[in-house]
Amino acid sequence: MNNNSTPSVEDRVRASLKKRYAREKRFQYYGIGAILISLLFLCVLFGDIISKGYTAFQQTYVKLDIYFDPALITPEGQMDQNTLIHGDYSGIIKQSLRDAFPNVSGRQDKRKLYSIVSNGASHTLRKKVLAHPELIGKKQSVWVLADDEIDMLIKGHISRDIPEEDRRLKDNQIQWVDQLMADGRIEKRFNTTFFTSGDSRDPEMAGILGAAAGSFYTLLVTLALSFPIGIAAAIYLEEFAPQNRFTDFIEVNINNLAAVPSIVFGLLGLAIFINFLGLPRSAPLVGGLVLTLMTLPTIIIASRAALKSVPYSIREAALGVGASKMQVVTHHVLPLAMPGMLTGTIIGMAQALGETAPLLVIGMVAFVVDIPGGITDPSTALPVQVFLWADSPERAFVERTSAAIMVLLGFLALMNITGVLLRKRFERRW
Amino acid sequence: MVDTIITQGQTDVIGAMDNSEIDNPAEVESKAITHRDARDTVGEPFSKDPRMTCRNVNVFYGEKQAIHDVSLDIGANEVIAMIGPSGCGKSTFLRCLNRMNDTVDSCRVEGNIHMNNDDIYNKSMDVVLLRARVGMVFQKPNPFPKSIYDNIAYGPRIHGLTKNKVELDEVVESSLKRAGLWTEVKDRLDQPGTGLSGGQQQRLCIARAIAVSPDVILMDEPCSALDPIATAHIEDLIDELRQNFTIAIVTHSMQQAARVSQRTAYFHLGYLIEVGQTDQVFTNPKHQLTEDYITGRFG
Repeated sequence: MNNNSTPSVEDRVRASLKKRYAREKRFQYYGIGAILISLLFLCVLFGDIISKGYTAFQQTYVKLDIYFDPALITPEGQMDQNTLIHGDYSGIIKQSLRDAFPNVSGRQDKRKLYSIVSNGASHTLRKKVLAHPELIGKKQSVWVLADDEIDMLIKGHISRDIPEEDRRLKDNQIQWVDQLMADGRIEKRFNTTFFTSGDSRDPEMAGILGAAAGSFYTLLVTLALSFPIGIAAAIYLEEFAPQNRFTDFIEVNINNLAAVPSIVFGLLGLAIFINFLGLPRSAPLVGGLVLTLMTLPTIIIASRAALKSVPYSIREAALGVGASKMQVVTHHVLPLAMPGMLTGTIIGMAQALGETAPLLVIGMVAFVVDIPGGITDPSTALPVQVFLWADSPERAFVERTSAAIMVLLGFLALMNITGVLLRKRFERRW
Repeated sequence: MVDTIITQGQTDVIGAMDNSEIDNPAEVESKAITHRDARDTVGEPFSKDPRMTCRNVNVFYGEKQAIHDVSLDIGANEVIAMIGPSGCGKSTFLRCLNRMNDTVDSCRVEGNIHMNNDDIYNKSMDVVLLRARVGMVFQKPNPFPKSIYDNIAYGPRIHGLTKNKVELDEVVESSLKRAGLWTEVKDRLDQPGTGLSGGQQQRLCIARAIAVSPDVILMDEPCSALDPIATAHIEDLIDELRQNFTIAIVTHSMQQAARVSQRTAYFHLGYLIEVGQTDQVFTNPKHQLTEDYITGRFG
């Protein structure tokens, strides 16, 4: 009857529809925008790390014609192990370099010439002679590690354009390298050293195996302690504990612990585990104990959530046929909650793997060349190794820092993917 | 007419209560007048051959009282149906019978519930043993997310009822047969019980309950999540199970109560209003509230 004055219900709904759809669209765009921004940051981060670090997986080698001079290796003619170990192998290398560049004279220049080859080259020769003593007295072409400065030059990280006095690599060194290149005596190979050796002052000889082993032992201790303790605590709190002030207090404290800065746990570990209990410093044992304190709240909270998500009807069913409370938990609730608990544990472990600050405090920041063989050997951890290398002045450590980060991220991704797969694989619906 | 029915009902109560000291007749007399507000049980709450006897049961959830002074017998080899509007306390009462309410922290049960002369709320009563004697089937089918075989075998296993695999196989087979599920699942016993249809799942749950050979089976609205065909299956099953078991069933469906039960108990707002032979309760209720409910005036 009043068609003209007041619009009908349909018209009013139609008018509001446009607005509602526009709002829906807008929300979608906000979401997409947020995801794009995070992806952008991720790309920048990975791009930076990979572009800086990928060259570390290759290493420059120099081919030298080595004369295994008996006068330098076995001056008194003995062929026993001890003599062979203590032979003057760097002398042999220097000799072969002098032979390759007979024009070089003067102490200064000769020293520059010798520094083309890594300090590690003499180890290569020693190993060769120990394995094949019959080489002594013969001539052979041997590929040895180039010095990190040469490596940087070959990889293009050192510019030839800057004035000589601003470079560590001088003009004549560059000339010699060019000459070696022209002779086909310089080659880039896959950098196995990086994955098979411990830390070193010389970048070309530094590897992450020591740090990786340290991280492995530390995580082993963390897992062995935090998994059973965390799950036992979660089960007790969720299934058995009465609801009262005391359990509320415990719950609040667990949530608080999850937010305590990790350095505090490190200081606690230093005071209790090292100073009071006298455990060895710099050891994965203490690192693991400290990281256990840190990961426990994560595991407890995740495990409690997993237990909560098991439907009550399953508990009722088991109670209904006369299962005791313990049987309800061990036969039914725990198997169903286990995927969630494992996911929580893996997330906690991944957190522990990336943790640095508490390890610095308990001394796992030491310069350790040997690869640790157990939980009481001095060692570092992967993130600490990143920290140490990032702090080193040599240019070649820059790419190694990035490479170590890549390895660390690789392990983290592996652990998180395992967590996701576990959840997908064992997730049950009912 | 209603008045006379109630008066008749009262005499029944008084007659039945001769051997107990629940009420004094004077109080009954005063309440019989305000029949719509009367909260004393009319009918025949007691049985000649009781399997479980409940006397003056009060249940509290925290401060709130959910069950008021309920006295009821559950007779041997009978099906007793408990009906009433939502929130009337029938499920709560049922769950007192196998102490399922123990799992609710705030729940407190007063009064006496005896089973074969054992006080089930006595400290010396082991709740695990009680639940082995009083099985339960729940509203929503809740098979364990395990194989069909393991679902049935779980009870006998934890109670150590069988000596070896052969005996266990027999128990599984006979339980499934009695639950009318054997022919449907005998070729896939190793498949998950959660993969069955809703009606099959509920029969699996019944088979799981009878595998422990309990004396009493409690059923809490066992058909409310099922379609009519599956419901008919379960109802037939309940009728067959009566030969060997005592069954207490809570149901929202009055037709179901009428079909499967011998006795019916009507609950209202936490009070047990009327108990009687099912035929009598549905055709000739003694209490005004019962009549209102079964004629659909509320509830």
